[in-house]
Amino acid sequence: MRQLYRYHGGIHPTEHKLESSELPSKSAPLPSRLILPLHQHIGNGAKVEVQVGDKVLKGQMLASAQGMISAAIHAPTSGTVAAIEPHVVAHPSALDGLCIHLVPDGEDRWMAHAPLDFHSLAKRELLDSLRAAGIVGLGGATFPTHVKYSLTPEQRIQTLVINGAECEPWITTDDRLMREHAAGIVSGIRVLQHLSEPAEVLIGIEDNKPQAIAAMREACAGSDIEVMAVPTLYPSGGEKQLIRILTGKEVPSGDRPTSIGVACSNVATAYAIHRFVDHGEPLISRQVTVTGNVRTPQNLEVLIGTPLAEIVRLAEPLPDGTGYIIGGPMMGLHVDELDAPMVKATNCIIVKSAQLFPPAPPAMPCIRCTRCAEVCPADLQPQELHWFAKARDFGKAQEYHLFDCIECGSCAYVCPSHIPLVQYYRFAKSEIWQREQELQAAEIARERHEYRLFRIEREKQEKAERLAQKEKAVQAAKPAVATPLPVAAPADADPNDTLQMRVDADIARANMQLRIDAAVARAKEQAATAQPRNTEVLTPQQQAEIAEIEARRAKIREMASHAGADDEPPKQS
Amino acid sequence: MRSSPFISTPASVSQIMLHVLVALIPGIALYVWYFGPAILVSITLASVTALATEAVMLKLRKRPLRPFLSDNSALITAWALALSIPSLAPWWLVVVGTAFAIAVSKHLYGGLGNNPFNPAMIGYAVLIISFPAHMTQWLAPHLAGHVELGFIDQLGYIFNGTLPAGTKLDALTMATSLDTLKTQLHLGHTVNEIREMPIYGYLAGKGSEMVAIGFALGGLYMLYQRIIYWHVPVTFLVTLFAMAGIFHLIDPAHHVAPLFHWFSGAAMLAAFFILTDPVTSPTTVKGKVIFAAGAAVLTFLIRTYGGFPDGVAFATLLMNICVPLIDAWTQPKVFGHKGGGK
Repeated sequence: MRQLYRYHGGIHPTEHKLESSELPSKSAPLPSRLILPLHQHIGNGAKVEVQVGDKVLKGQMLASAQGMISAAIHAPTSGTVAAIEPHVVAHPSALDGLCIHLVPDGEDRWMAHAPLDFHSLAKRELLDSLRAAGIVGLGGATFPTHVKYSLTPEQRIQTLVINGAECEPWITTDDRLMREHAAGIVSGIRVLQHLSEPAEVLIGIEDNKPQAIAAMREACAGSDIEVMAVPTLYPSGGEKQLIRILTGKEVPSGDRPTSIGVACSNVATAYAIHRFVDHGEPLISRQVTVTGNVRTPQNLEVLIGTPLAEIVRLAEPLPDGTGYIIGGPMMGLHVDELDAPMVKATNCIIVKSAQLFPPAPPAMPCIRCTRCAEVCPADLQPQELHWFAKARDFGKAQEYHLFDCIECGSCAYVCPSHIPLVQYYRFAKSEIWQREQELQAAEIARERHEYRLFRIEREKQEKAERLAQKEKAVQAAKPAVATPLPVAAPADADPNDTLQMRVDADIARANMQLRIDAAVARAKEQAATAQPRNTEVLTPQQQAEIAEIEARRAKIREMASHAGADDEPPKQS
Repeated sequence: MRSSPFISTPASVSQIMLHVLVALIPGIALYVWYFGPAILVSITLASVTALATEAVMLKLRKRPLRPFLSDNSALITAWALALSIPSLAPWWLVVVGTAFAIAVSKHLYGGLGNNPFNPAMIGYAVLIISFPAHMTQWLAPHLAGHVELGFIDQLGYIFNGTLPAGTKLDALTMATSLDTLKTQLHLGHTVNEIREMPIYGYLAGKGSEMVAIGFALGGLYMLYQRIIYWHVPVTFLVTLFAMAGIFHLIDPAHHVAPLFHWFSGAAMLAAFFILTDPVTSPTTVKGKVIFAAGAAVLTFLIRTYGGFPDGVAFATLLMNICVPLIDAWTQPKVFGHKGGGK
């Protein structure tokens, strides 16, 4: 038996999976209109390849991948492109996104499509075809799959991890998918195996899904793929957490799993790859759980672009709904109205009710009980991060590794003071991002301004030199004639040819040189002290204080790194 | 609009604090059993004062009354303080100590969750510095053969300062076991001689040792309920035991056995109820260990060499000062980072 590893923390929220996991999944009927956002994945939005009025076939590419990190979008059914205009999308910003609006013709007519003999393709070609097929990670992050598996020759993959943990409460799409399409998932895994050439393939499934585990084990029987039942614990389905559980390795902060020889994809992604490779179908539909305050919670196979409201209607929502969650209750997005369409990332729609999702009691102050730190899967100190975010001490928040927070919500789930902790972290992160952007913009503006000053000075200098040359030439031409010195030049004289002008030119040259020197010195100085903005104009006393504080902090950091370094190598940063 | 997560545990601050209050009950019950019901009077007095002060301060700070008055935190301060001062203390002593604890050491620092010092221990420190005489009049336990005072007479003394005719305060009260030990050692007696005195029981002071056991039972209940973590009580008690044990082994005539330290004074109360106060103790595991060990060392040193009979309050306050530093020093390794620290 292979050894499983633990990560720190985790929680056991009520699962609520049985509501939707026991009904076989059904295909949703063709909707009256499909709305396809161009930005359904991490990276660049797709580039529109059709025009309003175009008739398209099912599976036809509507928008192509733009740049490396992007993915194509396809027509989920045959019909007419009715509009290309902004529409509400499921995004925390609540902003509209550009969408292709497709009116189905009801014929559901496929374009010519055929299975792909991936073994005969070069890896690069296979990756390009995945990119063109719009395949992205369906576990939630929608990271384009072809990017994940574009490995450099140095990147050797030891373990291919297939994520079937599905740790969020309420969601059962992967569960149903594994029960119903285990063989398909396995043939999708074969493609990923071909791409990454791992020494081992591990499928991690939480042990609250015994039927899925059994189905996958059966499908993998006699193969080199191992199906691992992992203890049910939220957020074991987090990529870094599942990798830790199955391999004992920690993905370094800010790095991708490939840096430690691991590739990780979701079971739904593997299934989408199977549909593409074995049937020639691009990613045009996916499974989604509709559950919560509905009469028949269930899983549906839904075309991408289907209005969410139509999907929910199929499960018959009960009257006392209080809004919806798109995604799971731990990391999903609350919307009051279901105006947005289904996208590749949508794995669950939960209809809320006051009984199932009672509003959180008003927040109390933090009492430092550290229940949050106890459950944090990233070993963070959420109570400290909360404190720093609240105090807008973003430097400190970053020092305490704010950006290692995966926003799993475990801290807020256990908080007895009901503090919306994740909201604080999102706020702090976006503030930091914004500041960095502003800083970058300011930096660019400064450079541009300095360049402009430099250019003006250079032009002046050039002009002055030209004048000097000309004057010299004139002087050489009439040496015998003494030129009067007066400021007012004779009306007939060349206005350039006066002493005053020469003096002016000299002064200008000298001034310009001084200014250029000063600008260069200023630029150097700023480059040297470029970090925090408020250290530009300081008294020597303030500078001494800062130096002292910095020394103390460095010492504390050093001590802290020693304190934690009993069994680990010292921090190398 | 709220953002994720949309579910949470039903746990609440007031429920956690309620568990702490429940955990104090065994100790209080044994207190009543051995020393009479006067302690209930001071607990009630302290509770009323705490809530009233809390309400006034919330009003002054323009904070909502209801959520904070019902969070039970003021009651913990009140009960812990009442249990730390003599039960026969005059009413105003309880009121002054509690009001100071709540108004100054809690609310002037920002209220619940923001106070750097344990409010009950601040209240105790203020009282023992300002009214040392009143703070040493501990009721003798029933079993010590002292004159006993009925409940009505106890009330009379607490509120009026009057005693029944023919009764003298000296006959009713005594110094604590730690105080007596210190005085007697100064007088040149050995530990063995002192321990023969009638005020001592099996482990430490008669009666008070049983109350300490009651606190320990309550502490176990809180550990079981996961209200507190084991790191602080275990480290505190082990360190105190080790300190006392070393001194006892070197010089048994002048240093009592480690168990005496455990069951004397406020050691058990501190181990489970005072040092575990999450607001005023470190948040990291390593920090908790350092904090509790430091408190134990200081407690032992103050008890052995200091001017005050018990060292728990000052040890706690001194360690409270160090909490931010301890926390900063003991940041644990974060997932995906090498080594520890920041």
